Amino acid sequence: MVAVANDSIGSSKLAEFERRFPERLVNVGIAEQNLVGVSAGLASAGKIPFTCGASCFLTGRALEQIKADLAYSRHNVKLCGMSSGMAYGELGPTHHSIEDLAWTRAIADLTVIVPADPRETAHAVRAAAALDGPVFLRISRMPVPEVHGAEQEFEVGRAIPLKDGSDLTIVAAGVTVSRALEAAKLLEEDGISAAVLNLSTIRPIDRDSIARAAARGPIVTVEEHTVQGGLGGAVAEVVVTSHPTRMRLLGVPGCFAPTGSPEFLLERFGLHPQGIRDAARSLVRG
Amino acid sequence: MADQHIDAVELERGLRERARRIRRASLRMVHAARMGHPGGDLSSADILAVLYFHALRVDPARPKDPGRDRFVLSKGHASASLYATLAQAGFIPAGQLDSFMKPLSPLNGHPNRNEVPGVEANTGPLGHGLPVSVGMALAAKMDRADWRTFVLTGDGELQEGSNWEAIMSAAQFRLDNLTAIVDRNGLQQGNATESTMGLEPLPDRWRAFGWSVAEVDGHDVSELARTFDAVPFEAGRPSCVIARTHKGRGVSFIEDRVGWHHRVPTDEELAAALEELGGEVG
Repeated sequence: MVAVANDSIGSSKLAEFERRFPERLVNVGIAEQNLVGVSAGLASAGKIPFTCGASCFLTGRALEQIKADLAYSRHNVKLCGMSSGMAYGELGPTHHSIEDLAWTRAIADLTVIVPADPRETAHAVRAAAALDGPVFLRISRMPVPEVHGAEQEFEVGRAIPLKDGSDLTIVAAGVTVSRALEAAKLLEEDGISAAVLNLSTIRPIDRDSIARAAARGPIVTVEEHTVQGGLGGAVAEVVVTSHPTRMRLLGVPGCFAPTGSPEFLLERFGLHPQGIRDAARSLVRG
Repeated sequence: MADQHIDAVELERGLRERARRIRRASLRMVHAARMGHPGGDLSSADILAVLYFHALRVDPARPKDPGRDRFVLSKGHASASLYATLAQAGFIPAGQLDSFMKPLSPLNGHPNRNEVPGVEANTGPLGHGLPVSVGMALAAKMDRADWRTFVLTGDGELQEGSNWEAIMSAAQFRLDNLTAIVDRNGLQQGNATESTMGLEPLPDRWRAFGWSVAEVDGHDVSELARTFDAVPFEAGRPSCVIARTHKGRGVSFIEDRVGWHHRVPTDEELAAALEELGGEVG
């Protein structure tokens, strides 16, 4: 196993790896295309590269390399997109990664995982290492509570139902999962019973879990990502082709974000418990 | 001394025959498929012949041997010449060449390592082979293994910026187990390279990026063989061989003509080309 970075050793939290395994850390400097290409070459010679960089640059700058050198070539590289979503907040839209799910889930043979909390991130890293084939791990930076029990196991491609409910299902991934759980509590006060589903694997998507949710009732999706083509789109594709039901897609509404902290921006776009509650309530009652 | 001279003559004759067969097979394949890149196939034929029949330590019986040399065809559009070479070398059956670009054929227009034994990288979009080769060479260094990595790029291809990221990194990582060969045929799809986006002074650019550079006649199999025998040119530095070639080499009406980047020979043109190339069917 080796780690490959684009000058991002600090921000990718690889300092400890570097200290312990200096001969297994590769730094290509500020060069994402080379970052991914070199990773493919290392993988072809039997290494398991964990390739790290800010998600916006890792996916955007090297998208063709991800498609051709990793997915089409079937090279065993684990991409770690750091500080995804709007984690970079005030640094502005050039540093936001709100398109990475739309881009990557369109690529065949690439596994796309969005862990919801620190423990799930650790599980996902191990699962990625054990999986044969390229993986994109979308890592967040905002502090979030643990949303799973310590005993919760992780399985690639399996959504985790965090809460049962009979009126609707809130489907979330990453930093929005804990917010969805908070929203479900608020909805109880309104007499609305909301299920919450952690869809941590975007590709391959857990069709059965989504179809079951759609059969039960309406669905609200919540993502730290544009509403155009990401988690919401992926869920909608399943819903429409299995058990069509009404949906609300919450996320960044197809715009570039203004200046603001990640928390400010999430709130601005209604991606906080109250906003999710309001959307769910109007979907169920409207 | 006399023996060495005879050996050298034999070597030259053998390699020229290999290259001739690569040219003949490539043209047949492009003609049958009604698609392909004959100009670039022909300019690379001598380089491929010397690599596969002299320089590379590869074994068609063990295409995944971890200790094998790696060859990456970064100019992946010259796939017909690669397949023709792999068939001659015994990696794939000669009969399979007829399936080039036919429906569902493993012999796709661009090489696929998961479909064709002997192919190391799924190239096609230009500028990918060098970064991948750097990763391979780096893995060998990590493992203290003595297998080498060779990569063949086009010259127009070097207009892609991703190459230069890789070129920088190869020198930074001191990859003297990596050899890049540039098929310097002076032409690209639309025109001459120098009137499109000039690459000269090309050897100076590679040297400035920290490589050790040799310039050779890309159609002189003996010079190519001697040059590949001499890598690495300098300890601690990657090696670059700038092979001065002619696009379409070997066929008078294709040589140095811009229009033959991806033009398919007619029945008459194929017959005339095979006549010029001479030799037996192959």
